[in-house]
Amino acid sequence: MRFYEYESKELFRRRGLPLGQGRVATRAEEAREIAAEIGGPVVLKSQVLSGGRMKAGAVKFADTPDECPALFDAILPIEVNGQKARSVLVEEKSPVAQEYFVSVTWDGRRKRPVLLFSDMGGIDIEEVAREHPEHVSKTHFSTILPLTPRIAKEAIGATGVSGSHLNRLTPIVFELMRIFLDHDLTLAEINPLARLDDGRFIVLDGHVDLEAEARSKHRALLTELGIGEDETRQAREPTPFEIAGRKVNEADHRGVAGNVVEFDGNLGLVIGAGGGSLTLFDAVRNQGGRPANYCEIGGNPSVQKACKLTKLILAKPGVEKIAVMMNVVSNTRVDIVARGVVKGCIESGKDPAEVIAIFRIPGAWEDEGFKILEKYGVEYCDRNVSMYEAAGRAVAKLGAAS
Amino acid sequence: MSILISKDTRFIVQGITGREAVNLTRENLDYGARIVGGVTPGRAGRDVYGVPVYDCVRDVVAREGAVTGSVVCVPPGFTRDAVFEAIENGVELIVVVTENVPRKEVAQMVELADLRGARIIGPNCLGLISPGEAKMGGIGGPAANTRQAYKPGNIGVMSRSGGMTTEIASTLTAAGFGQSTCVSIGGDAIIGTTYAELMPLYEADPQTEAIAIYSEPGGRMEAELAEWVKEHASRLPIVAFMAGRFMDQMQGMRFGHAGTIVEGKEDTTAEKITRMEAAGISVAERIEEIPELIRKRLAEAG
Repeated sequence: MRFYEYESKELFRRRGLPLGQGRVATRAEEAREIAAEIGGPVVLKSQVLSGGRMKAGAVKFADTPDECPALFDAILPIEVNGQKARSVLVEEKSPVAQEYFVSVTWDGRRKRPVLLFSDMGGIDIEEVAREHPEHVSKTHFSTILPLTPRIAKEAIGATGVSGSHLNRLTPIVFELMRIFLDHDLTLAEINPLARLDDGRFIVLDGHVDLEAEARSKHRALLTELGIGEDETRQAREPTPFEIAGRKVNEADHRGVAGNVVEFDGNLGLVIGAGGGSLTLFDAVRNQGGRPANYCEIGGNPSVQKACKLTKLILAKPGVEKIAVMMNVVSNTRVDIVARGVVKGCIESGKDPAEVIAIFRIPGAWEDEGFKILEKYGVEYCDRNVSMYEAAGRAVAKLGAAS
Repeated sequence: MSILISKDTRFIVQGITGREAVNLTRENLDYGARIVGGVTPGRAGRDVYGVPVYDCVRDVVAREGAVTGSVVCVPPGFTRDAVFEAIENGVELIVVVTENVPRKEVAQMVELADLRGARIIGPNCLGLISPGEAKMGGIGGPAANTRQAYKPGNIGVMSRSGGMTTEIASTLTAAGFGQSTCVSIGGDAIIGTTYAELMPLYEADPQTEAIAIYSEPGGRMEAELAEWVKEHASRLPIVAFMAGRFMDQMQGMRFGHAGTIVEGKEDTTAEKITRMEAAGISVAERIEEIPELIRKRLAEAG
């Protein structure tokens, strides 16, 4: 879950990292006030959950407070990589002598956190790694041994930095490593970390990502930063359909019937589980089908939960039929899903035999499940029909219908 | 032969009195597993389907003798501690079923396991099975369903999805291919044991003649496997199925498992398929093509 720059900097400030003077403005006039408080040249930066702001023109400079309102109004509407800006950060603009890059992230292969440091900051780090590999260091560190500054020192020193610069940088880099581990982050990045003409080191830009799984552990911090419980900070904001899907899932703790993602097709999908849904979604699309949604059921959801999910999908505009499909199930019971889906169709005022294009869930309690489907005249199949073939039958039925 | 578990594997279930753990204990016992004890703090003296419950792993080991394995089935907030407890009491194989464990805690578990010479499977997995021998975890579900989907044989299966492990085994079984050992390796971004880390075990197992894997977008696990195969001139033909191809166009959106997200080019299915094919791994378009591809590869190998 990505933090905005101003939220990341607030976290850095609390942990004692050096920052320039400034704060966030939500109104044009406020931008002028902040600039007046700072009393010198400022930079205005769009607060958006994406890189590439400079290129998009969402970062501007002002020499006087009076220039700020117009620049604020110019920046705020700019979308950067499809992301809307929330506000504008107004900060002091300081003459920079040198820029550094520091980031801490996870290396899934080594299963350790990795510290990346470069004395060529401010530009694309991948490019620096390609063109000037001697200016980038990569250092894995332990998650169970006490964290001490020597790792930061070695990482910085490996790029050729020495003298007072090394000694000034070490505590900053070390603190970033600690922040990363303390807050269950998946990314903590400062780029650039600047050495100013006056010798100070400050964080010019940076951001952090908090692991979604660790949200509940850090609720207090999130509240203090003003990050709402409903903010997913995914690549795009959830749609009302997706929010309704989340509510269906959260209303009942038994099993999963959620992770609903909206698409614009005519075939509603009641599919599962994690891997099965990915496989089935591909299978529908490969055979020319147009899914209305993605979703995951699993962990043996209750009849009610499967019913509500079915109703939600059937109520989505443009949905003509639904396909109910999973891989061979072990924990989820076929009969319970069958009962829930049939109930959902009936409560939506639809004939299950008409609206369910195919039911393909083999596995635990399948005989009981198939009996229910037979009673309502729903077309079903067992494991002898592959997931791909079942998806194809559903797509073919829609073709015949429209 | 098989890898990691056999009918002689003595293991425990941590969190044994929880709803899901009670079910999997029953299913594993019915399938022939030797579960010698269970752990739930404060519940010592009870039993779950005849399996004695203790307060801590130390007590199980003291009363029942050494154990080789543990299935950890406790809530996310208690998982790291449970795994540490297993490792420090000499357990060598730890299957972590729990989902939603933060990455840092997984990394800590893995690091301690490495120091002590233990192996973690998971988190966020359904465990593993050597068909006809034993299983650890919820893989395959009730014993009758498990016996229907899994048969003893020569194919090793590794999967990032628990459910798809059974779908693939069932497809192999229907085509006449039994399995040596099937491992649900887990769906998280950091897991205890990757494809490449299981390969040496399959390589050394005389029963295993080919490998089927299920894979997804996200992570570097497939690249790691491809490198391993090239570097070690593996004797085992590998057939992979890649799900989630639609995600290549949907950067930053998470689908399926916690580890399944496209953040860079290396995370895409297209890139993974290219790397695996370059290493001689056959990539199936559909699950039902896996048996045919395995047959072809085995025939080529003579």
